[in-house]
Amino acid sequence: MLLTFTNGVHPQEFKSWTNNSPVERLPFFADYVIPLSQHIGAPSKSLVRKGQYVARGEKIAEPGAYVSVAYHSPVDGVVSAVELAEHPGGKMVPSIKIKADPFSSQRLEKKPIDWKSLTKKEFADHLQNSGMVGLGGAAFPSHVKFAVPDDKKCDYLIINGCECEPFLTADHRVMAEYPLEVMRGIEMLQYFLTPKKTFIGIEANKKDAINILQLEANKHPELAVEIVSLEVKYPQGAEKMLISAILTNEVPSGTIPLDGGYLVSNVGTVAAIAEYFDSGKPLIERVVTVSGSNIKRPANLLVPIGTSMQELLNACGGFKSSDFGDSARILLGGPMMGMAQKSLDVPVVKGTSGVLALGVLEVPGRNTFQCIRCGRCLEACPMFLNPSTLGLLAKKGLYEEMLEENLMDCMECASCSYVCPSGIPLVQSFRVAKAVNRERKVA
Amino acid sequence: MKKELILSTSPFLHDSATTPWIMFQVIYALIPIIAAAAYFFGMSALLLIAVTVLACLVTERIFTAAKQEEPSSLKDGSAVLTGILLALTLPPGFPLWMAFLGGLAAIGMGKMIWGGLGQNIFNPALLGRAFLQSSFPTAITTWSVPDGQFFSFRGTNLALPFFQGESLDSATSATPLALMKFQQEGTEWFKLLMGNTSGSLGETSAALLLLVGVYLGMRRVFDWRIPVSIILTVTVLSSIFYVINAERFPSPDFMLLSGGLLLGAIFMATDPVTSPYTPKGVWYFGFGIGFLVVLIRLFGGLPEGVMYAVLLMNSVTPLLNKLTRKRVYGHLKNG
Repeated sequence: MLLTFTNGVHPQEFKSWTNNSPVERLPFFADYVIPLSQHIGAPSKSLVRKGQYVARGEKIAEPGAYVSVAYHSPVDGVVSAVELAEHPGGKMVPSIKIKADPFSSQRLEKKPIDWKSLTKKEFADHLQNSGMVGLGGAAFPSHVKFAVPDDKKCDYLIINGCECEPFLTADHRVMAEYPLEVMRGIEMLQYFLTPKKTFIGIEANKKDAINILQLEANKHPELAVEIVSLEVKYPQGAEKMLISAILTNEVPSGTIPLDGGYLVSNVGTVAAIAEYFDSGKPLIERVVTVSGSNIKRPANLLVPIGTSMQELLNACGGFKSSDFGDSARILLGGPMMGMAQKSLDVPVVKGTSGVLALGVLEVPGRNTFQCIRCGRCLEACPMFLNPSTLGLLAKKGLYEEMLEENLMDCMECASCSYVCPSGIPLVQSFRVAKAVNRERKVA
Repeated sequence: MKKELILSTSPFLHDSATTPWIMFQVIYALIPIIAAAAYFFGMSALLLIAVTVLACLVTERIFTAAKQEEPSSLKDGSAVLTGILLALTLPPGFPLWMAFLGGLAAIGMGKMIWGGLGQNIFNPALLGRAFLQSSFPTAITTWSVPDGQFFSFRGTNLALPFFQGESLDSATSATPLALMKFQQEGTEWFKLLMGNTSGSLGETSAALLLLVGVYLGMRRVFDWRIPVSIILTVTVLSSIFYVINAERFPSPDFMLLSGGLLLGAIFMATDPVTSPYTPKGVWYFGFGIGFLVVLIRLFGGLPEGVMYAVLLMNSVTPLLNKLTRKRVYGHLKNG
């Protein structure tokens, strides 16, 4: 029996298009845009002026506050502007635009860091200055995540290799192709966090990754890493669900996992941390899955942060059909929690795990019917909420009453909307309700 | 990509089961039952079904027009389903005009005055039947014998509106349940299984109902736990009574195969709108129906109790939902 959590859904996986495609390095293009708020937290401050020459990996922005990270140039080139530019989130944010130097070889010199001589504080500073954020999608600054306060203790280090979103295979390829980096990253985290136990949780549909990591783990018995096969079920990769699956414990409402001694980190982040300390390369590129039935050549690509979405899609042969109908089918991230894009003039950012161009195949039009109280949403919700009742309250605008139905425990995984046979936009209305309640609280 | 596109928010994938899909799956599953009804009771069966479906569709259309809504609720299949289910609970010789009134009551009183699909408390088809039972107690308990003659009308099918009508010369007989209740006379279980007995259109063939039920449960069209808990409860309770006094009480296999138990357990109690939606609630719901069926059949004044059992349990569905709420993740008792 594979381990898993209670409830959840089984969307079609669509992973076979890219799960055996090795990571390819995307060539360098002429223009890059680095938004200064790709992470959760305060925007970063630019350190460069227009016309200034910057080297690949050079720091171009510094953290704007504690919860904020540095940014680095993805290429050797010249700063062409520091101005507002469109962010994939839809907002205009301060960004640094860089024109790549066409004559540069874009080589990066290896400068390993002697991490064993660092204190905890220095380790965190290094993470912040390397621009490290969680690569699973939320882009939470790593130095904050791994800074365990004195009154707390990381007992269980859980590396998240679930990648439960359909289509996405970036983490899968990282595990299959960079097992050494994953183990090195775990070694570093163990050194600073001293957990009692370390797990890597992987959904059972990534057999090759499980085997490769197990072989690598066998070579490092001193790390005592346990590879855990998990049932293929969405949202297995959600932090709380992963903890429940592996340790059968719930994370109490209103607390963070670290309060219970758990620390969960995405596997790609762990590999990126190892790469930084072993070669000195800051977070200037990441693996991105480009997929969907409207993409000519789906692939996993190593993409410099700041690459234009248009260039990325061109590198994959572009769209099969340019007829999108009337709705946007270009997504950043997975189809369950990702974000639709209205423009391709946005850059790949640190949190971009995938770019999907969906066809009508995957996104058929849906009619909305009245709730028939079938209870499918109750058996889908991994938080054991009652989406049916929440949906009826949301429809009536009774947002405050929704708080009594534990609205704030919803993590917006969208399982309820996925299963609803009446096509009711449940999670969509919960997002609105949460935002309204947060605003009312402030006001 | 300069064209402005409509942006929607995630999720962009959906399960293939939609509400009309669920309704039509049930309707398709009813086709063999309808065919069996036509085989046993001929044209009368098909006419009754046509009349109740028509009545349901007309009522739904009138109400949606009054509410100035899109007539889309006609297309979701729920009114057709209610019509078929109502007809399946009627005796083959039932006057068509009464059946039409039953359809009106089912959709009008059973569904639309509550606010339409998903809003009603009672199963519309059974509410329609309860209306007919109290309005026309004689007609609804006059049972024709299955005779395999297709082109002949049963009983009082063609009675003029507001008249009971004179029975056309086809034989009537008591249902197996009535025989048991009032004459302590059993019916062979093979006959019950095949459906060659008198009874309502859709209730006679237990074998067919079981097959269709298993199919629907496996396709996850309905919640399999509801029929399973009803059948379990009836089996256990009636076994206990049978062991206590085999002279007075019928055997459990008779209880299961006769009357509307399977029809009710598979098609009425599983109506998602009027059954609980919590995983625990559906078990209690089924236990309750099974208990009431046994109680009414063995100790009540009526030979059959499925309709009232389901309707009574419908009324406590909101309570069951409330009492069987699952503890929200992370809301630990000791935390």
